[in-house]
Amino acid sequence: MQWSVEKLLKLYRLMFLIRTFEERCLRLSYQGQIAGSIHLCVGQEAVAVGAAEALQEEDLTVTTYRGHGHVLARGVDPYRAFAEMLGRRSGLCGGKGGSMHLTAVAQGVLPPNSIVAAGLPIATGVALAQRYLRRTSVVLCTFGEGALNQGAAHEALNLAAIWDLPVIFLCENNGYAEMTPAYSMIKGESFAARVRAYGIATYEVDGMDVCAVAEGTMQAVEQARAGQGPIFIEARTYRFLGHYQADPGTAYRSAEEVQRWRARDPLKLLRARLCEQQVDTERMLTALEEEVKAYLEECERRALADPWPEAEVLTEGVYASIQA
Amino acid sequence: MHPSRLNETAGQGSTAASSQEMRELSYAQAINVALAEEMERDERIILLGEDIGAYGGVFRVTQGLQERFGTHRVLDTPISEAGFLGCAVGAAMCGLRPVVEIMYVDFTGVAMDQIINQAAKLAYVSGGQVRVPLVIRTQQGARPGAAAQHAQCFEAIFAHIPGLRVVTPATPRDARGLLKAAIRCDDPVVFLEHKLLYSTTGLVPLAEEVIPLGRASLVRSGKDVSLFSYAAMLPVVMEAADRLAEMGVSAEVVDVRSLAPLDEETLLSSIRRTNRALIVHEAWRRGGLGAEIAALLQERAFDYLDAPVARVAACDVPKPFSPAFDAFYLPTVEKVVQAVLTLLR
Repeated sequence: MQWSVEKLLKLYRLMFLIRTFEERCLRLSYQGQIAGSIHLCVGQEAVAVGAAEALQEEDLTVTTYRGHGHVLARGVDPYRAFAEMLGRRSGLCGGKGGSMHLTAVAQGVLPPNSIVAAGLPIATGVALAQRYLRRTSVVLCTFGEGALNQGAAHEALNLAAIWDLPVIFLCENNGYAEMTPAYSMIKGESFAARVRAYGIATYEVDGMDVCAVAEGTMQAVEQARAGQGPIFIEARTYRFLGHYQADPGTAYRSAEEVQRWRARDPLKLLRARLCEQQVDTERMLTALEEEVKAYLEECERRALADPWPEAEVLTEGVYASIQA
Repeated sequence: MHPSRLNETAGQGSTAASSQEMRELSYAQAINVALAEEMERDERIILLGEDIGAYGGVFRVTQGLQERFGTHRVLDTPISEAGFLGCAVGAAMCGLRPVVEIMYVDFTGVAMDQIINQAAKLAYVSGGQVRVPLVIRTQQGARPGAAAQHAQCFEAIFAHIPGLRVVTPATPRDARGLLKAAIRCDDPVVFLEHKLLYSTTGLVPLAEEVIPLGRASLVRSGKDVSLFSYAAMLPVVMEAADRLAEMGVSAEVVDVRSLAPLDEETLLSSIRRTNRALIVHEAWRRGGLGAEIAALLQERAFDYLDAPVARVAACDVPKPFSPAFDAFYLPTVEKVVQAVLTLLR
């Protein structure tokens, strides 16, 4: 597939925006501005941006607590995402969700989940509703490879298969289930082989190559939209940071392994590709990075200045309404 | 038990007019009627569950519905409670109004994440961006020969969770009217039927009747003691009230029926009249709904209490198999009568 420089720059900008957002969140966490655990996707930006590139506006995303990238890739306002991370009233969820539940229904982002594999059954229902209501939307359901050891994931894969539901199951295989090596927790070396046993077609893509992810997902989206049932994509990727802010990610991974993956940093790979394609790209990319940095700095500054939620909203929204 | 006696008075506090044509239905039929009427009214309603389609459900509650509404609206599922309950949560968030049947409440154990962490939470954590209009129909309770994993009562577990509504009807009329309200509600509702009640019969209005969630029902007025109960314990309590009447004790009986949120005002106004309360439920005593009601009464009506609030509940052990244990394990008419006499002493 041909990728124009213009399109590649757009993808680069989004990946760089996610990287910068995550780095700023980590700093805010260390400063004590963000409370609680945050699970960053630094290193995995190409998966989020590539997958979102394959979606139409009406498509829906069901992601996880490591899903900031998937949320931002759908075009969600980083200012409101920062505000939610910071627990502010102006946050995406009014401060009731936080890092793990950055919801933006207007952009097709359903509530992300902090229970491993819980999103897979939910995604089947989202897809069932689309088909029932004769909509053409497909559902992108993202999760880590660790989710494939949860029973709920297998129940959902089976349901999606027997009912031919339009779900793209996107597995981000970053090699570690929290702090445990992924392949020490399964017999054999293939997650995709398990999924094929349910009668679901599977693709494997290089999760560090945004174009490869986008191309694989486009094919999957096309099949799902055509009513050919669910597709499973395994994107091989790597988490450059730890499982969460308190884990440096060094106790269970060698420095050499981390270096090897960092050499395939998705931003570096795309930068190299752009420089190959056009001579003066280096300067353009630097300018673009400066623009994104200034933009996110401003988003963060605004969010930090926003007020906290008031006590009155604490009990709002637990129930839709008291029945008449 | 004389469940038919309940039907004379049940449904008080409902929206129905008193002069209307009635028909006799079983509790199971009443639920079936409610499902059919609501599915007829609203195409967004779908049913999911094990053996609910052609087979009509293990308790025959969904009989004929797949034939009438089609396989796209009445979906037979694999034995995957976490899978299809989660599926229903997702569908509910995106414009459908699913009604899920979990064959036995005991089986919610394998789907608890989807009920507690998902259905109950997603509206709130999303700041109201989504709603989960989902009904989880299931049945609970003991019958002779049922052992530890097919006889439990979990209402207190669900009632503990903010975001869930919990309802449990005792009569066919309430079953129909409350289920219709549950289906129309924009929140997840755990609708707890009772296996012993399915074959009981009673009068149900022919006309539309939606019984609001969140309201208890005064089924018998009295002045000496308030008996708070629900579901299959209601017939037991009514029989106990008869026996007490013969002894000159006037017992008031309230069918709590909406367990979360609780109709606090109806319970409080009853205790203000009678000054004594006994709570009777089939679930275990420890941490049961009786504890919640007792706490409510002492917090908000302490000055009206002439005796400690008492409870009759199941013994805190797993339900044993042998029918010989049933009278020891479960609340009985005799235990209720004795508890009331102790309260009045």
